[in-house]
Amino acid sequence: MGKELFREYGVPTPNGYVVESQSDLKPVTHPVVVKSQILLGGRGKSGGIKFANNDEELKNYTQQLLGSQVRGYTVTKLLIEDKIEIEKEIYVSIALNRAERKPIIIASRNGGVEIESVPENKIIKVLIDPLLGYSPFIGRQITEFLELDKEKSRQFMKIVESLYRLFKVEDCELVEINPLVITKDGKIIAADSKVIINNDALYRHREINVTDPEKTPLEIEAQEKGYAFVELQGDIGVIANGAGLTMATLDALTLHRGRPRNFLDLGGTDSVDIVVNAFDLVLKAKPVAILVNIFGGVTKCDTVANGIVEAKKRFNIKQPIVVRLSGVNEEEGRGILKENGIDAFSQMMPAIEAVVKKVGEN
Amino acid sequence: MPSYVDENTRVIVQGITGHQGSFHTIQMLKFGTKVVAGVTPGKKGSKFEGIPIVNSVKEAMEYEPNATMIAVPAPFVKDAAYEAIDAGIKLIYILTEKVPFHDTLDIYHQARVRGITLIGPNGPGITRPGYTKIGIMPNQIFRKGSVAVASRSGTLTYEIVDAITRNGFGESTVIGLGGDPVVGLTFVEVLKVFEEDPDTEQIVLVGEIGGSNEERAAEYIKKHVNKKVVAYIAGRSAPPGKRMGHAGAIIEKGVGTAESKIKAFNDAGVKVAEYPDDIPKLLRE
Repeated sequence: MGKELFREYGVPTPNGYVVESQSDLKPVTHPVVVKSQILLGGRGKSGGIKFANNDEELKNYTQQLLGSQVRGYTVTKLLIEDKIEIEKEIYVSIALNRAERKPIIIASRNGGVEIESVPENKIIKVLIDPLLGYSPFIGRQITEFLELDKEKSRQFMKIVESLYRLFKVEDCELVEINPLVITKDGKIIAADSKVIINNDALYRHREINVTDPEKTPLEIEAQEKGYAFVELQGDIGVIANGAGLTMATLDALTLHRGRPRNFLDLGGTDSVDIVVNAFDLVLKAKPVAILVNIFGGVTKCDTVANGIVEAKKRFNIKQPIVVRLSGVNEEEGRGILKENGIDAFSQMMPAIEAVVKKVGEN
Repeated sequence: MPSYVDENTRVIVQGITGHQGSFHTIQMLKFGTKVVAGVTPGKKGSKFEGIPIVNSVKEAMEYEPNATMIAVPAPFVKDAAYEAIDAGIKLIYILTEKVPFHDTLDIYHQARVRGITLIGPNGPGITRPGYTKIGIMPNQIFRKGSVAVASRSGTLTYEIVDAITRNGFGESTVIGLGGDPVVGLTFVEVLKVFEEDPDTEQIVLVGEIGGSNEERAAEYIKKHVNKKVVAYIAGRSAPPGKRMGHAGAIIEKGVGTAESKIKAFNDAGVKVAEYPDDIPKLLRE
């Protein structure tokens, strides 16, 4: 996907095409590179990239790579690309600098390796004021640092200008070219591409369908249902409200030698169904106990209590449930739970201690 | 104006007839906030809780507002904020979550060059007990006092404010910066205001994993803050590379860990509570 966007925005890439089966192969001028299309970096090291010098080798590599596993992902697509004659590999990316609240261009004479491993004095970083946008003076600072000659500077600046436009228009978190190759005949070409679109902006980029490859199936299910949910390694299911309070709950459990199974933030809503569906998700993670930690505001304690009672009934929950309800309608909430045989704490720490103790007993 | 808002703050609500806008307008009125008008395009002439509704921020200027609360869906936030900037509103609070950060960048910088304060997006707003409240913090947890709180969270802020109040303290200003990677205010900017605010004696910072806002605050405290500062950091048990609910709460390439933030605060003489409930104990020490 990255290279298609690069072409659309005028960043030069090697000639190439994508195949999904042997029958998609077209006549090419050898040598070519055969690249597995996966959403993770490091495919070269994992054997996902091959160099073919003739049609026979191309056919063999295509057969070998399609359907193979690279870093845990099944390869369904290959990119067949002209092999470029490399003179030098450099690096350029644009990302967000959170502290300065500005986009930042990072460039280096050392490309083809992870930028984190390049010494600081080999890297130039230039902030862009979003109100000014990209202007050639920014490009000149970078080409001077990279010691590019006049013709290569011209090419490089055009690439950075295109890259910034792509970063902005497509709502990117990151655009990265690593390596950006200077070829033996003096051309600058993006040999690789990485484009990460901001999740919150996907609604206005409907043509792009991205599933985060790092997410587990349960995390994807939770995302589709609208929950902020992260799977962890422990055994205590957690339902809380607010990202900060949920994190604080996991931290407190951990400091008490409890092991949280998940992060789940109910969010700022007030609905019994949302609570019930949250239990459905957490139960799929097979916890040995469940902790509910609510500080009621917009999310009211009696609503949460009704959700807990309904979930316990509907899913026939056998695991111990420890509840803390504080804030808006806490008395009503604790009353509803009590009628249904569930005790609720009013403060967080006793609830943390209680659930850790329950797990110890099991 | 010390601490951004006071009894002369006159608020409009953009999106007053929406689910969030209407509920929180009622709560703000109960708190004593002067809500002077609501903006919902196409609903001019009607009223909500006695508050006149108009079609645009420009029309709302007749009611002399100096602050706005934006509670419209994420795709419309940039336009709503630009409308407020264009009309000359001096304080913009954005409640909405999931605003694309490129929009926030544009809003922030357009506001900055005009000397306009931006609070949020994706935060609970600002409350000054005894003066006013703009945002969604629950009314009943506050008591007027001398502890100022700045936080990157919503519910966790309420938890900590509630603990502060239950333990006999009270609050001068409570401000939620917002949980996004790009927000209008940083801890450093808020610390400057708190340090000068005569109502504030002690300061609580509630940080979380992601970014370097807390580390910068620690450096600033070392050099420029004489008032006592204590802190809490959420996310010490969070795994790297995972977004913990807030778009901004993510450890990226080793940057933004809780350890780094706790260490920076400790180096600056700021005590960091292990649990939210321990904040009052640190204030008392």
